[in-house]
Amino acid sequence: MTGYLVRRAGQMVLTLFLIFTFAFFLVQAQPGDYASFYALDPDMPPEVKDQLRASFGLDKPLWEQYLIHLKNTVTGNFGVSFGHFPRPVMDVLIERVPRTAVLFLTATVLSFYIGFFLGKAIAWRRGGVLEYTATISGATLFTVFTPAFALMMIWIFSFRLGWLPVGKFLDPLVWRHAEVTANHVFGQMLLTAFLLTVFAFLALWILRKTGRVGLTRWAGPLIAVAAVVALLLLSLSGIGGLALDILKHMILPIATLTLISFAGTMLLTRNSMLETVREDYVMAARAKGLPEKLVRDRHAARNALLPVVTSLVYSLIFAIDGSVIIEGVFSWPGTGLTLLQAVRTEDLPLVMGAMVFIGLFSLLAHLIVDVLYVYLDPRIRYQ
Amino acid sequence: MITPPNFPPPGSASDPPVVEVGHSRLRLLIARTRLALHSFRAGWSIFMESRIGVLSLVIIGVFAIMAVAHPILMLTIWDAETYDPVTGYAFDQVDQPSAPSWRHPLGTDPLGRDVLSQLLWSTRSEFVLGITAALVTVAIATTVGAVSAYYGGLVDVFFMRLADLIIALPGISLLIVLSALFKLNLFYLALVIGILGGFGGTAIILKSQALSIKVKPYIEAARVAGGGHFHIIFVHIIPNLLPLSLLYMMFTVTSAIFAEAVLSFLGLLDLRMSWGIMIHTANTGGYLMGGTRYWWLVVPAGASITLLCSAFYLGGRALDEVVNPRLRRRHD
Repeated sequence: MTGYLVRRAGQMVLTLFLIFTFAFFLVQAQPGDYASFYALDPDMPPEVKDQLRASFGLDKPLWEQYLIHLKNTVTGNFGVSFGHFPRPVMDVLIERVPRTAVLFLTATVLSFYIGFFLGKAIAWRRGGVLEYTATISGATLFTVFTPAFALMMIWIFSFRLGWLPVGKFLDPLVWRHAEVTANHVFGQMLLTAFLLTVFAFLALWILRKTGRVGLTRWAGPLIAVAAVVALLLLSLSGIGGLALDILKHMILPIATLTLISFAGTMLLTRNSMLETVREDYVMAARAKGLPEKLVRDRHAARNALLPVVTSLVYSLIFAIDGSVIIEGVFSWPGTGLTLLQAVRTEDLPLVMGAMVFIGLFSLLAHLIVDVLYVYLDPRIRYQ
Repeated sequence: MITPPNFPPPGSASDPPVVEVGHSRLRLLIARTRLALHSFRAGWSIFMESRIGVLSLVIIGVFAIMAVAHPILMLTIWDAETYDPVTGYAFDQVDQPSAPSWRHPLGTDPLGRDVLSQLLWSTRSEFVLGITAALVTVAIATTVGAVSAYYGGLVDVFFMRLADLIIALPGISLLIVLSALFKLNLFYLALVIGILGGFGGTAIILKSQALSIKVKPYIEAARVAGGGHFHIIFVHIIPNLLPLSLLYMMFTVTSAIFAEAVLSFLGLLDLRMSWGIMIHTANTGGYLMGGTRYWWLVVPAGASITLLCSAFYLGGRALDEVVNPRLRRRHD
């Protein structure tokens, strides 16, 4: 397993290198260069323009530029953003990456669970009303024109009903007298969520290890109590109101992203289930007299899970793409919105930086899914 | 039934062999066409059994009629000055955007252009885009899949790693970056989507199918009969991949139309008019937050994108049941 991970990490580095090289030469293939962005001013004398080009290192031969660029990228220096001058690209991205990660990870996990449960149900009872409604509404949501759908959600929930804020990351009125920065509050929220998840997994794992069914039943209440304690601690720490404000802004983008992406998992689970329900072990389980629900969940669905997990990588990519659109519509200041704004203002260093980060997201997602696969299917052993 | 080819009686070797070859080829062609028709009919009846498949076919048909209707309407009852989708102006209306009326069944947009005309005009380019992208994808993916399954080894490793790389890239984000660097028009967009799809996931799926075809006895028979690599790949493997390719064509059309709509909505494409641009125009004018008040600016275009995308997607799923017998419902 360790050897496999090392090899996969090596492959990832190679892939990133290829993406980087491709991106570099794509930019080089453009007419003009970084300096021409500043040198468009007609009042600028030619020697100043040359000076400018030299300060960017654009007077050097191409291969040298490439090597310098490579060295800078490896050391995390993507240059200075044109649009956010004088902030470095890395600084802008570090601030925004967690926001995107939260958005698309939460939405992917939610849509995976919803899709899996629905898919299981519709495969078990074919031809019912549920199958037609779920398939048609799921496929419609899956193929719906995302921006229009997102705008519709805003219109219904923020404009008409007034339940949720219209967009953006926070409400300036709430934050006017705040003494901490939004990044600090968001960091605390992330930390809480992360610790809670680790606790939940550990609790489940330890209770399972004891091998007593009676104990496993206590996992749910235990995790719920931990969640309540964590929320209490967060609200007592004085930033509860601010955290709640950010949370309120998160609900609508996450809900929209979940709604548009659960159908992929649902339809795949359905197909996969249709194959497993014909297997002999399902008939054997039925013949043993096990309850239908148990046969469905433990025997058919558990084996149908494998191809669905394989496709999780597709749904993660779908969610990353979706989060670019969702961020654009909801003005959620994550990597996607940064990419869009950078593209619109031709802020090339930021475009390249954002693209490298989005590529990194998807490669990491790919790796996690592969590792998850080993855990789910004991027959698979990576050498 | 396939009639066996007529072999000449042993005595009559006087016939020129060229004619004979042409003749038997014609017979072969007829037999193949008959076989294809037969399997098409069988597949068709399975396809028509699925209600979702029929529904998708009806929707695609309606959009095809819409695409054809625009030039006819422009030639007959619509004059170019009022109804041109890009440069027209509805002089007969006082306020722009104006609500639906008899002269403008779907109203006009903020710039005074007829919405129905824009909608119909865009339908054609959506079809052109979707079908071009799908053809490019399928041509590349089928060839790559067949070649890498047939040769295996280094060729296979190269194409499969490339596919892994492309799958790992988020397509919309990549297209957004490309739009910053190039002027993407309809043709380039179709080409980029087609190439990404063709070397990406579709190639892997078609390769796995080609692997199962490669070990069939008729491939061995073709090799024993002296068929070259090229002959076996293009005459024996690829025709058997085509049903599955058709399925992935449907999915490519969906993703191409969707990508175009999203990029147009963000205002990143170099197009004259499209459904995405219609929503972009309404959005940048601030008409979307008016809710249902200016519904004709967004509902027709948004619904068209959704309907056409889901029609191709659902059609693909119905076709999946034809191509993949394990998904069919048993008649018992």
